[in-house]
Amino acid sequence: MLKTLFKIVRQGIASEPRPDLGADFLLPAHRLQNAILEVLGRALTIREVDAGSCNACELEIQATNNVYYNLEGLGIKFVASPRHADMLLVTGPVSRNMALALERTYQAMPEPKIVVAVGDCAINGGIFGENYATCGGVGKILPVDHFIPGCPPPPYDVLKGILTAVNKRYGQPAAAPGKPGR
Amino acid sequence: MPFADFPLRRQRLATPLPIWRATCRADEWLDLAQAVATGGGRLISLWGSERPAEAGRADVVSAAYASSEGLLWVDLTLAPGGGGYPDLAGIFPCANRLQRSLAELLGIFAEPMADRRPWLNHGAWPADYFPLRQPASGRDSFPDRQLEDYPFVRVAGDGVHEIAVGPVHAGIIEPGHFRFSVVGEKVLRLEERLGYKHKGIDQRFQEMPASEGYRLAGRLSGDSTVAFAWAYCMALESLGASRTPLRARWLRALFLERERVANHLGDLGALANDAAFAFGLSQFMRLREDWLRLNQRLFAHRLLMDAVIPGGVAVDLAPAGAKELVAQCDAIASEVKKLRAIYENHAGLQDRFIGTGRVSQELAAKLGLTGFAARASGLAGDLRADFTMAPYSDQATRQALSRNGDVAARVMVRFDEVGESLRLIRLFASELPAGEIVTRLEPIPETRLGAGWVEGWRGEVLVALEADGEKIRRCHCHDPSWQNWPVLEYAVIGNIVPDFPLINKSFNLSYAGHDR
Repeated sequence: MLKTLFKIVRQGIASEPRPDLGADFLLPAHRLQNAILEVLGRALTIREVDAGSCNACELEIQATNNVYYNLEGLGIKFVASPRHADMLLVTGPVSRNMALALERTYQAMPEPKIVVAVGDCAINGGIFGENYATCGGVGKILPVDHFIPGCPPPPYDVLKGILTAVNKRYGQPAAAPGKPGR
Repeated sequence: MPFADFPLRRQRLATPLPIWRATCRADEWLDLAQAVATGGGRLISLWGSERPAEAGRADVVSAAYASSEGLLWVDLTLAPGGGGYPDLAGIFPCANRLQRSLAELLGIFAEPMADRRPWLNHGAWPADYFPLRQPASGRDSFPDRQLEDYPFVRVAGDGVHEIAVGPVHAGIIEPGHFRFSVVGEKVLRLEERLGYKHKGIDQRFQEMPASEGYRLAGRLSGDSTVAFAWAYCMALESLGASRTPLRARWLRALFLERERVANHLGDLGALANDAAFAFGLSQFMRLREDWLRLNQRLFAHRLLMDAVIPGGVAVDLAPAGAKELVAQCDAIASEVKKLRAIYENHAGLQDRFIGTGRVSQELAAKLGLTGFAARASGLAGDLRADFTMAPYSDQATRQALSRNGDVAARVMVRFDEVGESLRLIRLFASELPAGEIVTRLEPIPETRLGAGWVEGWRGEVLVALEADGEKIRRCHCHDPSWQNWPVLEYAVIGNIVPDFPLINKSFNLSYAGHDR
């Protein structure tokens, strides 16, 4: 036990600053957490569904949960049930065997039902294309709010994409131009 | 058993590991399988293809066997006009699902093949549509089809009930379905249903130029991208007996070991988390992140995708980078040592690990368990240590072994493998031979067969390639999860349901690699 505590104390806090979303975003990064709270009245909850990926996107989404990215510190957490989720994070080209499960997961979600497609394959099927077993991108099955490109997108991009999707849905119209959000 | 004992005309493929190809007759098919099994050999994979023949096209069933001598790829050409091939599932139980998937993709059945339930096709395409067979292009789609129920084996008795899990699981993981039959907390039977991620990769290969196929192979299972890309490139290079530069071979091995460490680090953390020791997850995920960030900085990709390319590797390692690698190995080794001590002294953690999900050596051998999970059940076998191949044999690579076959043993083997891989990476980085990192492959004007066999972090991966110049006629990629998934069904018997995530994670099998 002593060794465990010692390790925790010596390690300190490894979390890094949240992503800077830049001037082209409707909501400045530091207000996102407040916006999430204002709009949803609670933390942003995400249900992840792998609809047929190669599993690399899952590895990188899992990584957003590590101490560096401090996802929960931003008021975002992954949940087990779609009934508790505000956002659906979908990876992979959608395999025909998974299309039904994906649709049902979406139907089980309450509003606002934000859908974010993660990875190149989720955009248009990527390297797997379309055939007897694969439908192609997530857009073929669900209305997608935001796409995150990459093969796989690194955790920072995933995080930025999640924030961007919330921002797209709930951001105020752009403020006076030239005034960066900070 | 030396393959030479069996009267087959074998042809040695131009691969760095000993791989032979041979053809056999229908009456030899079972005898050969039996001889391999008796001699302690294993069935690695089974697949089929439709090849051009004198009279139109002929169906060919292929099996890959491994023994202490190497790998033997045997083709059986079926007589025209139907008729199957002898069923291997009685000798090698892992053939069951391989034969069922072959039946769905090509319409070739084993005889008698007692289990004919569909495996990859959940009803998404018609049962008489065979995507790998002419004239089906595999590009047809059947969007209006309904998915079908699967006839699970029912367990009856007082108080027996079923728990259905998946395909969408409660975490950031891949989809698959588990059907538990339980009494109270105790698992009587687990039956898996996989295939949810079937993407028709075999069909997709046939539309790609051979020189590009490594990218698709590298996306069969993202956590094993180096292993598959290397196996594919090994197969492609063997077609024309191309020799890759020595420096490239060392860098490939370096990438493979970095992939091994990355996966073990992630799983060692997740295993502690599944036993409610979140500290382990935080610590190991931090180490894994450091590891992946250095990959990004030195090799331009966190998971090393597309780093192995035909003829060599895509990125070189500068002397400054080599120093960084060595320094990182030292730092990670010291941290892992401390964390290992914490794990081993944590009574609660060990209580969950020890004796859980046990696979005896006998069961492991019978079911063909492979990779680090087999080594944790006392079955020695590691391509890096068993054969002479640069750069592994130069460094006297040691394989990790344990005898207990439980979650604790798989954790121990993973810790040992991290240590050995860190040692290898230090050596590969500091003694890297000078020279080119890529060579141009000569064009091959005719149809040839090649194979690649690599010890990935999960186990041995196999790529069997048939190409005609730039055209891929058939490419079969085999993930070790095919062998290990059925063993998981046995590993959980008699355990309690809450230990399933722990047992499952201790194997961490690939859904994508299996479903392909």
